[in-house]
Amino acid sequence: MPIYGAEGMDMSMANAQGGKARAPGGALGRARNDASAGGGKVRARNGASSSGGKTDARNGASVGGASGRARARNAGHWGKHLRRNAWLYVFLLIGLAYLIVFKYIPMAGIVIAFEDYNTFAGILGSPWVGLQNFKYLFSSAEFGRVLRNSVTLSLLRLLAGFPAPLLLALLLNEIGSRFYKRAMQTILYLPHFVSWVVIYGILLNLLSPSTGLLNYAIAALGGKTVSFLTSPSHFSTIVVLSDIWKNAGWGTIVYLAAISGINPAYYEAAIIDGASRFKRIAHITLPMIAGTVVVMLILRSGSILNNGFEQIFLLQNALNADVSEVFETYTYKVGLVEGRFPFSTAVGLFQSAVGLALIMITNFAARKAGEGGLW
Amino acid sequence: MAMAGKSRGKGDAAVAAVTYAAVTGFVLSILYPLFNIASLSLSSYATYIKNPMMFFPTELDFSAYGIVFGSKLLLSSYKNTVIITALGTGLTLFMTVIYAYPLSRPQVRFKPFFSTAIVITMLFSGGIIPSFLLMRGLGLLNTYAAQYLPTVLGAYNCILMVNFFKAMPEELIEAAMMDGASEPYILTRIVLPLSRPILATIVLFAAVGLWNQYFSAVIYVRDQAKWPVQLVLREILLASSTEALRSGGNLAELNAARRIPMEQLRYAALIVVMLPITCIYPFLQKYFASGVMLGAVKG
Repeated sequence: MPIYGAEGMDMSMANAQGGKARAPGGALGRARNDASAGGGKVRARNGASSSGGKTDARNGASVGGASGRARARNAGHWGKHLRRNAWLYVFLLIGLAYLIVFKYIPMAGIVIAFEDYNTFAGILGSPWVGLQNFKYLFSSAEFGRVLRNSVTLSLLRLLAGFPAPLLLALLLNEIGSRFYKRAMQTILYLPHFVSWVVIYGILLNLLSPSTGLLNYAIAALGGKTVSFLTSPSHFSTIVVLSDIWKNAGWGTIVYLAAISGINPAYYEAAIIDGASRFKRIAHITLPMIAGTVVVMLILRSGSILNNGFEQIFLLQNALNADVSEVFETYTYKVGLVEGRFPFSTAVGLFQSAVGLALIMITNFAARKAGEGGLW
Repeated sequence: MAMAGKSRGKGDAAVAAVTYAAVTGFVLSILYPLFNIASLSLSSYATYIKNPMMFFPTELDFSAYGIVFGSKLLLSSYKNTVIITALGTGLTLFMTVIYAYPLSRPQVRFKPFFSTAIVITMLFSGGIIPSFLLMRGLGLLNTYAAQYLPTVLGAYNCILMVNFFKAMPEELIEAAMMDGASEPYILTRIVLPLSRPILATIVLFAAVGLWNQYFSAVIYVRDQAKWPVQLVLREILLASSTEALRSGGNLAELNAARRIPMEQLRYAALIVVMLPITCIYPFLQKYFASGVMLGAVKG
């Protein structure tokens, strides 16, 4: 796996600003160069002041390598560096210990997907069964259904949900009144802070067959009420719309920041040339934020099998289970409800492995296409 | 930067009109359900039946809230959520600071190793069952800790904070180092007091996440006494909807018999659960908009 490292961290910052005043296309590629150059500079500046960091100054790009060389040259340097910065390493090691316990041990626990796990024998003592759980998974009828539901819902979210914040940001940007825009933004961010449980309550209030407002309206107009929340054919619409309701406003933050970084001179020139609002959006705004959009799309691509647990689990019921069972709810059901630990782990592993592969492939493709990648 | 556009063309005026209409429409679609629920929760049953689509309440009747605050399960779960949110937010802040600060310091070695270690956790995870087995092994099932520990150190927050620290004027820290200040001193006396925006952003993200989630409770907590309020609210909602289904849709009759309309209890409970967070965030808005941008591209 490519190194993220300090450069990776720099990069995202440079991109945040880089999205701003950069010419369209290949913006990220350049942002990345700027980032490592900037990182180098910081290090060089500081290297001069702290005795231990001198080697870093010369070797801005790879801190690890520099430290290795420094140690070889002068062991005393390293001891002094350590004495001076002991606390920083203690901090990092506390964090690392947490990550090992709460993130990496569960990752290692994935081996039970290849075992006939039982609680008494434990992870180390249970017999190894190789790919048996996966063979069973891929041949089960459930798997096809879960895969189809997960991909369908996620693609619908992508098709409708991904453009929504972009469109909303473009619209917000066209609002002249600063006060009105600020007020609208405050309200648009609100649903992001509302829990899925509360949103489910809101949906009940709107869609319930007996007391829902929508059905109230339908009945008032002489129509026949519909049990939206239990009907399989309405499930995906409800999922996608409630997702947009919750997240579209929040998603505008990234795009608005990218837009606000565009040099106003472009717009002034376009206005003088007589370009309409629409033309300005299509020929200036959109190309200028294309880099940001691509990065958001790459990030999205890794989650093509993911729909999140909380939203789906709330909206799921016996009547729509055929279309609502996704990987998250299925791993929960077979794992914790039915107690089939190895099988559930295999399902979860399949999901995260595909996600990881997808994000790496998209990243690779984006780099090949000259749009730059995440790393 | 607003293109306020003293635009002349007729097409531009039309675009502007559509813009205002679309944004305002979306905003109303957010406000209406919330106002409706708040108003219904504040109405008497008679008014509710007469006008369930109201935007503003026509009278104030707090009886539904009286019942909500009288519910032992709801109150104890509310207390649980407050404790979980407070402990979890504090710990998140602590862990993120101590991991991010060294990663922002130029002289620290092995940074690529430590940052890779945390970024990997963003791309891959063990999944439900291995995490469940870990929690069981640690004896944390049915505890508060199980509900906040899994999220106290995350890559996204960490990246935000590293970027913020790095953007800080180097001269301040250098001057302190010249005077022989230790790193913990520099962190607590110089860096953190200047980091209000990022600290506020992390606190907001952590608090909102912890307040709103119920997933970890579904997995790690069977004991109702330790349930967070979201899970209790979920039970209330599911119970009332199955009740509605069973009553054959004739909830009015059911409620009239009971004199305490389940619907309105539900609305009052929704408001009580959602109010704290939605009241806090407008005050933190000026921080989080810039905070999000620091790591937006990466996260």
